[in-house]
Amino acid sequence: MITETSSVPAAVLSAPTITEQAPHIDYWLLSPLLVVFGAAVLGVLFEALVPQARRRALQLGLALAATAAAFVLTVLQGGSIPAGEAGTTLALGSVAVDRVALFLQGTILVLAFISLLLIAENRRGESAFAAQAATVPGSEEERSHILAGSQHTEVYPLVLFAVLGMQLFTAANDFLTMFIALEVMSLPLYLLCGLARRRRLFSQEAAVKYFLLGAFSSAFFLFGIALVYGYAGSVNFARVSEAIDAGGASLFEDGSGEPLLLIGIALIGVGLLFKVGAVPFHNWKPDVYQGAPTPITALMASCTLVAAFGALLRVFYTAFGASVDQWRPMLWTVAILTMVLAAVVAVTQRDIKRLLAYSSVVHAGFMLTAVVAASPEGLAGAMFYLAAYGFTTIGAFAIVTLVRTHENGPEAGELAQWAGLGRTSPLLAGSLALFLLAFAGIPLTSGFIGKFAVFEAAMAAGATPLVVVGVLSSAVTAFFYVRIIVLMFFSEPAETGPTVIRAGGLTGSAIAVGVAATFLLGVFPSPVLDNLVPQPSEEAAEPAVATADGFTR
Amino acid sequence: MTDIPWLTLAIALPALGGLGVALLPRERAETAKRVTLGVTLVTLALVAAMASMFTTSGTERLQFTEVYPWIPRFGVSYAVGVDGIALVLILMSAVLVPLVVLAAWKENDDADDQGKGYFALILILEAMMIGVFAATDIFLFYVFFEAMLIPVYFMIGRYGRGPDRRRAAIKFLLYSLLGGLLMLVAVIGVYVYGGTFLWSDLVGAEGALAGLDTQPARWLFLGFFIAFAIKAPMWPVHTWLPTAAGSSRPGTAVLLVGVLDKVGTYGMLRYCLEMFPEAAKWFVWPVVVLSLVSIIYGAILAIGQSDMLRLIAYTSVSHFGFITLGIFAMTSQGQSGAALYMVNHGFATGALFLIVGFLITRQGSSAIADYQGVQKAAPVLAGSFLVVGLASLALPGLSPFVSEFLVFIGTFSFHPVPAIIATVGVVLAALYILWMYQRTMTGPLPERLAQLGDLSRREVWAVAPLLALIVLFGVYPQPLLDVINPAVQETMQQIDVTDPAPVIGDADLTADGQEGESE
Repeated sequence: MITETSSVPAAVLSAPTITEQAPHIDYWLLSPLLVVFGAAVLGVLFEALVPQARRRALQLGLALAATAAAFVLTVLQGGSIPAGEAGTTLALGSVAVDRVALFLQGTILVLAFISLLLIAENRRGESAFAAQAATVPGSEEERSHILAGSQHTEVYPLVLFAVLGMQLFTAANDFLTMFIALEVMSLPLYLLCGLARRRRLFSQEAAVKYFLLGAFSSAFFLFGIALVYGYAGSVNFARVSEAIDAGGASLFEDGSGEPLLLIGIALIGVGLLFKVGAVPFHNWKPDVYQGAPTPITALMASCTLVAAFGALLRVFYTAFGASVDQWRPMLWTVAILTMVLAAVVAVTQRDIKRLLAYSSVVHAGFMLTAVVAASPEGLAGAMFYLAAYGFTTIGAFAIVTLVRTHENGPEAGELAQWAGLGRTSPLLAGSLALFLLAFAGIPLTSGFIGKFAVFEAAMAAGATPLVVVGVLSSAVTAFFYVRIIVLMFFSEPAETGPTVIRAGGLTGSAIAVGVAATFLLGVFPSPVLDNLVPQPSEEAAEPAVATADGFTR
Repeated sequence: MTDIPWLTLAIALPALGGLGVALLPRERAETAKRVTLGVTLVTLALVAAMASMFTTSGTERLQFTEVYPWIPRFGVSYAVGVDGIALVLILMSAVLVPLVVLAAWKENDDADDQGKGYFALILILEAMMIGVFAATDIFLFYVFFEAMLIPVYFMIGRYGRGPDRRRAAIKFLLYSLLGGLLMLVAVIGVYVYGGTFLWSDLVGAEGALAGLDTQPARWLFLGFFIAFAIKAPMWPVHTWLPTAAGSSRPGTAVLLVGVLDKVGTYGMLRYCLEMFPEAAKWFVWPVVVLSLVSIIYGAILAIGQSDMLRLIAYTSVSHFGFITLGIFAMTSQGQSGAALYMVNHGFATGALFLIVGFLITRQGSSAIADYQGVQKAAPVLAGSFLVVGLASLALPGLSPFVSEFLVFIGTFSFHPVPAIIATVGVVLAALYILWMYQRTMTGPLPERLAQLGDLSRREVWAVAPLLALIVLFGVYPQPLLDVINPAVQETMQQIDVTDPAPVIGDADLTADGQEGESE
């Protein structure tokens, strides 16, 4: 903050209270973030100090304990928010602690916990990650590392850093904090994407692609921040919102600042929509999802999506909430493009991970319809959808890790190889079928309730055409989900069929949680819908989220 | 008396039975069959006991109602209850399912789980079938409506017949899903406009939808109607039915055509008409025309079929044309006839599918050309085939005649022209049924069919109850009509139409019910 404020024109910063007294920070409210941060730092120290043989167990235990502890703290804080109040902000109004943030953080932590189980899966000393990422693929050196059984236990602190970034991303209440969170979240992910054990060149290509495109989008995001700062004279969401109400900062009393704001909204939108993976900023998704180690793909498909949508919702609902008429057409267009194009392209996919990637793009489109609603129902609908989708998608990727071309072989990505799986391993195929039906939005699964929630919000906000496009693209997506079920259950097992390796306890429990959540959220969604998602009446006090009580001018 | 949650029990029992059967080990296929039969019979007894307590004299239209909040945030309740129409359809389903189980006893013995999964799916489907007719919350109705597709999808795709079954299963599911999703938009629309999902709060002059503008009401009507028309199926969205029926086991076809498709026509009567009366009246003529096309087109295509299952599927397209015609004639005879038609068609077509199924298990083929002179080798089979065939073409004395006749009367008093066109369908019906009978059952018995055995005792037990019901309700349909008529009267009242005065020959006057409304 200090380096940032020094570059601000003096006219805007007439009363810099920051230097006069140390800002009061409520560390209790920050504790979920601090726990994860502390654990990540400790993990780095472990890498340096603990002998290699004992690292994995220690790192895994630490990571699981940290996410679990942070989750408990998040729930406690959720309980401590008085009923009828949206929440508060802390650290000079840069971090919001409200129901929305806490719900999404809790979701991220649970999903990260399950992803960690997948990441930790180790079969005969073989994990999903390269033995030594620094070696040239196929080289003698690589082989010696594989034979020595080397492992990258750095994965765990990296995941923790990414999770920290995600937590902060959903709670950031000013643009700079949000940008820092974005980078903290993204940098470890870029690295993790390149660590696949098999098809390493492919994985490295995915990492580079993700990094380059991610860097571009960050640049857009940052440029947008600069423009909005120019318009509003502040990066704090509450101040931005006030400035929009007032028609711009004092520099723009004649209202000539409008272009700055619009371009700023668009550029910030690009940055966030990239992370969400909405068309036309979705191109990284299939490549990265396919190339990354599958447990990391699961982490990205669930947690990153939650974080990205959390940030998107916060920016568009609080900071730009006053200019909803300006951004709504943009998001309308993006939502329609996302739902239609991704659904159509997904039909042609032949690889399960690419297919799930495109399906994730389509689902982002469905959730955007709720963002477009710009209503408390839309907020609640998107939040429920995120949680429901996260559990289902982790389960689906967990199953992908189990289906191999042969014993000890790589994952069988080609869909054609999955024929007859329902006959050889009915339980596994049955679970995947449930996940696919949930993606397709069949009643009695969480996917249906989620879809209903977002479409209902969109329709109540008058976006009926968007809903019609949504259900039509739903029908298209149903086609390719159903085709996988046909392949698994109604086709004869192929001669060169896949080998399903036995699910270890870790992967098995990840799948079980996915199945249970998909079913329970579909049949008894009320506990989640009623308690964790803010009630419409309470959400009327939405601007309270963005008030910056530590920042008085 | 009413403290017993009859409907919930009737839904839960087969659902739990289905889960139990699914969890049985693979080797216990024989136990699975017995459990399935037992559960379906108990369900039938339960439904029959409930029906015996249904009162036709009371003022309450919906009986055995239960309402519990389910998802309060969306205003969704678990609400069930039946009126006369729903009751007879539930009864029909409960009668058909045990017979299907009996008929399918050995059909899937060659599957790798010896049909255990098939029987589990039948039970789960039965729970959903009862649920869909009993639901009085539109959200709950939608949930059953869509979830029902999944068991059928597996029954066709996994346990179906022939190489095309995968394609047929996908086609069936996608067609139904597309309709279902359009209905989802309409369901959401109803909630957005009406603020509740409870059917009883939505309909009527004081209902939540009463103040709905004309334009949105018509769109919402269309959303529901398209889904129901696909389900029914109505020309031009019928193409999935012959494919699906031709690729499924006859038992599946009975449930698909006999019960599932009824959800479409039931939905039109219960939801389209009563929730959007103005729109329904506005759409009368288009729907009547589509119904007539279905009647004629289905019948002509049935004549041209070379496969018995597909032939029966096309006859159903024709019969569903009669049902929709009866519903949209907007007269009490027409709607009573349509509701009765749904039941009779379930029995007659169900029996037809079952008997053809017995032929298929003997010879492994459903092609008409593969059979000849069967009556010499299997007289009982051929005889019962003739009786249900005649029932299907509405021979007086058999139950479909009563309903078809009522539909004709109702349509004629609405407007004579559609009634006259529809009679062509009756003539064609005689052609497709009798010609099929003639080709398969009569003539010299070829050598290869000499060993064709007659019906076994199990098979006789599977069709005999249906034959008895067809004859019984053909002679004495009053018990069914007594139950149906009050519900139809209520429907007529809800949509604010009255039967046209019985004036002979003046088409303009008979359309009074229509004209009066547009002002």
